[in-house]
Amino acid sequence: MKDLFINRKYIIMALIVLASLMLIIRLFIIQVVKDTYRLSADNNVLRYVTQYPARGLIYDRNGKLIVSNQAAYDIMVIPAQTDRMIDTAGFCSLLNITNDVFNRQMKASINYSRRAPSVFLKQVSNETYARFQEKMFLYPGFYVQPRTLRKYTRPVAAHILGYVSEVDESIIRKNPYYKPGDYIGKSGIEEAYENDLRGQKGVRIFMVDVFSRIKGSYADGEMDTVAVQGSDIISSIDLDLQEYGELLMRNKRGSIVAIEPETGEVLALVSAPNYDPGLLVGRVRSENFARLQSDTAILPLFNRALMASYPPGSTFKPVNGLIGLQEGVISADTKFGCNYGYLFVGCHGHASPLDLINAVANSCNSYFCQTYRRVLENNKYSNVTEAFSKWKEYLDQFGFGARLGTDFVNELTGFIPSPSYYDRYHGKNRWKALTVISMAIGQGEIGTTPLQMANMTAAIANRGYYYTPHIVKEVGREGKLNPRFKTKHQISIDSANFETIISGMEGAVSGVPGATARVAAIKDIIVCGKTGTAQNPHGDDHSVFIAFAPKDNPKIAIAVYVENAGFGSTSAAPVASLMMEKYIRGSISNKYLEQRILDLNLEEKLIKSETQH
Amino acid sequence: MRRSINIWISLDKITILLYLLLVIMGWLNIYAAVFNEEHSRMLDLSQRYGKQFIWITAAIVTGIFILIIDNRFYFFFSWVIYGIIILLLILVLIFGTEINGARSWFEFSWFSLQPSEFAKFGTALGLAGYLNTRRHDLTRWGVLLPASAIILLPALLTAIQPDMGSTVVFLALFLVLFREGMSPYVFVSGFLAVVLFFMTLLIDNFYLSLALVIIAVLLVWFATRKWRLPLVSTGIFVLIGSVIYILDYYIFKRLGNELVILTSLLLSGFFYAWYIYTRKAISVLIIYLFLTGSLLFINSVDYTFNNALPEHQRDRINILLGIKSDPQGTGYNVNQSIISIGSGGMTGKGYLQGTQTKFKFVPKQSSDFIFCTIGEEWGFTGSVVVIGTYLFLFLRLIFLAERQRSVFSRVYGYGVVSILFLHVFINIGMAIGIVPVIGIPLPFFSYGGSSLWGFTLLLFIFLRLDASRNEYLV
Repeated sequence: MKDLFINRKYIIMALIVLASLMLIIRLFIIQVVKDTYRLSADNNVLRYVTQYPARGLIYDRNGKLIVSNQAAYDIMVIPAQTDRMIDTAGFCSLLNITNDVFNRQMKASINYSRRAPSVFLKQVSNETYARFQEKMFLYPGFYVQPRTLRKYTRPVAAHILGYVSEVDESIIRKNPYYKPGDYIGKSGIEEAYENDLRGQKGVRIFMVDVFSRIKGSYADGEMDTVAVQGSDIISSIDLDLQEYGELLMRNKRGSIVAIEPETGEVLALVSAPNYDPGLLVGRVRSENFARLQSDTAILPLFNRALMASYPPGSTFKPVNGLIGLQEGVISADTKFGCNYGYLFVGCHGHASPLDLINAVANSCNSYFCQTYRRVLENNKYSNVTEAFSKWKEYLDQFGFGARLGTDFVNELTGFIPSPSYYDRYHGKNRWKALTVISMAIGQGEIGTTPLQMANMTAAIANRGYYYTPHIVKEVGREGKLNPRFKTKHQISIDSANFETIISGMEGAVSGVPGATARVAAIKDIIVCGKTGTAQNPHGDDHSVFIAFAPKDNPKIAIAVYVENAGFGSTSAAPVASLMMEKYIRGSISNKYLEQRILDLNLEEKLIKSETQH
Repeated sequence: MRRSINIWISLDKITILLYLLLVIMGWLNIYAAVFNEEHSRMLDLSQRYGKQFIWITAAIVTGIFILIIDNRFYFFFSWVIYGIIILLLILVLIFGTEINGARSWFEFSWFSLQPSEFAKFGTALGLAGYLNTRRHDLTRWGVLLPASAIILLPALLTAIQPDMGSTVVFLALFLVLFREGMSPYVFVSGFLAVVLFFMTLLIDNFYLSLALVIIAVLLVWFATRKWRLPLVSTGIFVLIGSVIYILDYYIFKRLGNELVILTSLLLSGFFYAWYIYTRKAISVLIIYLFLTGSLLFINSVDYTFNNALPEHQRDRINILLGIKSDPQGTGYNVNQSIISIGSGGMTGKGYLQGTQTKFKFVPKQSSDFIFCTIGEEWGFTGSVVVIGTYLFLFLRLIFLAERQRSVFSRVYGYGVVSILFLHVFINIGMAIGIVPVIGIPLPFFSYGGSSLWGFTLLLFIFLRLDASRNEYLV
């Protein structure tokens, strides 16, 4: 076949020759023409001094400083530049270390690299730094690298903030930005916003002579890069509220999550027991970390608000009521009788029969079992499986059974069983409404996290929508925020149905006959709430309470879990009430209630019972 | 009955020699790059140069195997090989280990493998197989589109990893299509699109649009040799532009300067259409279409980039382009690299005498930035020798490709040239700061088993095809 395009080979050859010439010309310019890069014979060693930027500061929603920085000094070494004949004894006494430490550190540094700097001694004190600075010229190959450490204004919010620690081998291998001795955020805001907080390292290049003396800036600083300070972060938490929450939860186990419904901003997130974030700073860090980690009895590092999954108990009833209304199987006026329970699900004594609003207020098990049965046996659907799938669809919309997609790095999904789960367990079409009736009252296979419950409460407070909860309000000077936190999640339930349920939740607090949560009432503020009891197979039940206030134009939605505290009204409801009043009013009117909660010491009781077992 | 020929006689020894030369130079420079007084034996297997020696031996053995296999094997199995490498590229996205933010390695207990290095010769084979079986009339869309798809599929899969370096290398295969008859307009527009893509991210769109308009005006003058036409059309454009600008400034308030330019260009098009139609001025039409296309492209690139791409991918591209990690406008790695190359001077500091490259400051010293060691220790002289060797290899390969009888072998040969050429140009270009930093190895030089094997397979299959150039494949 005739090759029509044979002449194109010349074009391709020309292209390749031209490109090669381009490379050669550029090389000629930088290697032969320009003399900026040339080094003289006696100044042929360059020292790269990393300029560490200050890590971004963290403020609370009212502009109060939470986390700032403090200076620390690392002694660095470049083994290839050290003098084999140095006065080791003098050097050791200057730094206050033993000869063994010196040898060990030196060996480790040589192992890493003879020519690249590595950390010889971490975070020496200011006095040592000053002493060493004077005598440094005696010890070529050693120099001081300033760094910054974290400093906390109050010993609170450890779980939210996370901590900063030195990078390990695997991080350095994965991300070449980090060099040995660098710091990186771990957990909490420090990890989630690491790229914003850390800023950008810079490098200054100096020429040094054989005695390690700096002879001047290389190429007039043309090749230096300037360090860029990390972006400051404005967190959405209210520092005072957070501190108050941690105070209330002292000597208890459990968690509090408070959200501003209008925006999805997390106002406070308490997990008890907790720890002082200042413990994980500086030279004491590794020792303290090991101690906290090994404390398996109370797990202080474990963030219950995000990582603990409990059955929601009766706090789940509002959602089931909403689904019943939306599916049209009940109306606000539907009444069901209750005679201390429904089939095998028991109930407490209250007036009977009740309508929906009073059933929510009285937390009637029987009412919600019958509603749930109607939802699953709805004629609209061909079978229970289909109706159950529809029910689960609503729960998905509330954010249950999956990660909410917050800016916390660790978040549990929780668990909502799917029809296939029951198919596996009981066999296909071998289960019916009564098999899964415990879902009606939030017990059984179901698991939700405190964060998810707070989010559900916010969605109810908003009458049908929520914004993904988030802990950071603004990043950097431009105040940017990930757009996913500005996306509205609409729930396909009419707002009129929400009003009905909210009236029930108002009744639970403001005292219709038989109301379960009167203790949560706040003077002059309409609180809507729902108590719950999460069954605990290992001991006393957990006390749960969800609430929002005020009823109109809600400012705060809250979920409180107090472990092993029994009914929702005993401990969780007062804690929620105090938190809401603190946030809305700024002061507490019911001092008696506050004192009762502060004095409540469940930890003592728990330790006692645990030692008995 | 096929004549059995002695492969050794018809084998191109010059290419073999160049190959060995490059591999040995590479090894010596890897030794220099990671030189360490504690482990100074060149065959120390705990060090990179020791490992590279094993890989070089393995690569040469592989090369010999490739030469032994019947040349028709590569022809008949070209599709199978292409299929396998595509499968591997998909699997690595699922099972691969993430290193440096890219999912491009399979990690086994004792070694790791980068399938994109092998995908290069596989794609060249697939392309050769396709263009050989069809009547290779690349002027027809029905042939051009499938041929492009063969190239774009692995390019897309590596872009997802994301491994921009490999993606760009696959795109180099369009050079082969150009040789085989693809319209130069397609080639030029493709090339312009790539250039524009990077320009759009690097330069303010308004100035870029303005520059394109000016280039177009000059081109019109160049094509028609009349000074009145470009002047009048510029006049129309400026007039309409000003009106739209004023309207936008006072009324719409949302167009932005780039869109003002684009809309006025589209509106002026009505006036130009009349001229083009009456004078049958095809060249003016082409220039106009190119300009409009480019401006549309610029605006859509920015839009897609800022709105459609998820944030982390955007970050990766920005970091690749040196926009994000780079507050002063010059990348840190590139700075270090230029310092070490620049300090080499005319003759270099001498073997193992480099001071800059011994620090761990230039990252990927023995793989992606190996050229620093050459530049520092061997100076300008050494750099020119290395580039000259590559240039000689490329011209030799083109010569070999042109003497093939079968379209299959010729296409494959050009595939080898395009892939190697792009690697060399980008690798050296990024070390001296004229190409954005996209990590790809310097063929035969850089440290790494996968890349050395990949390049050896690529080259030796072609040498095998060339050795049997006088036989018919089918």
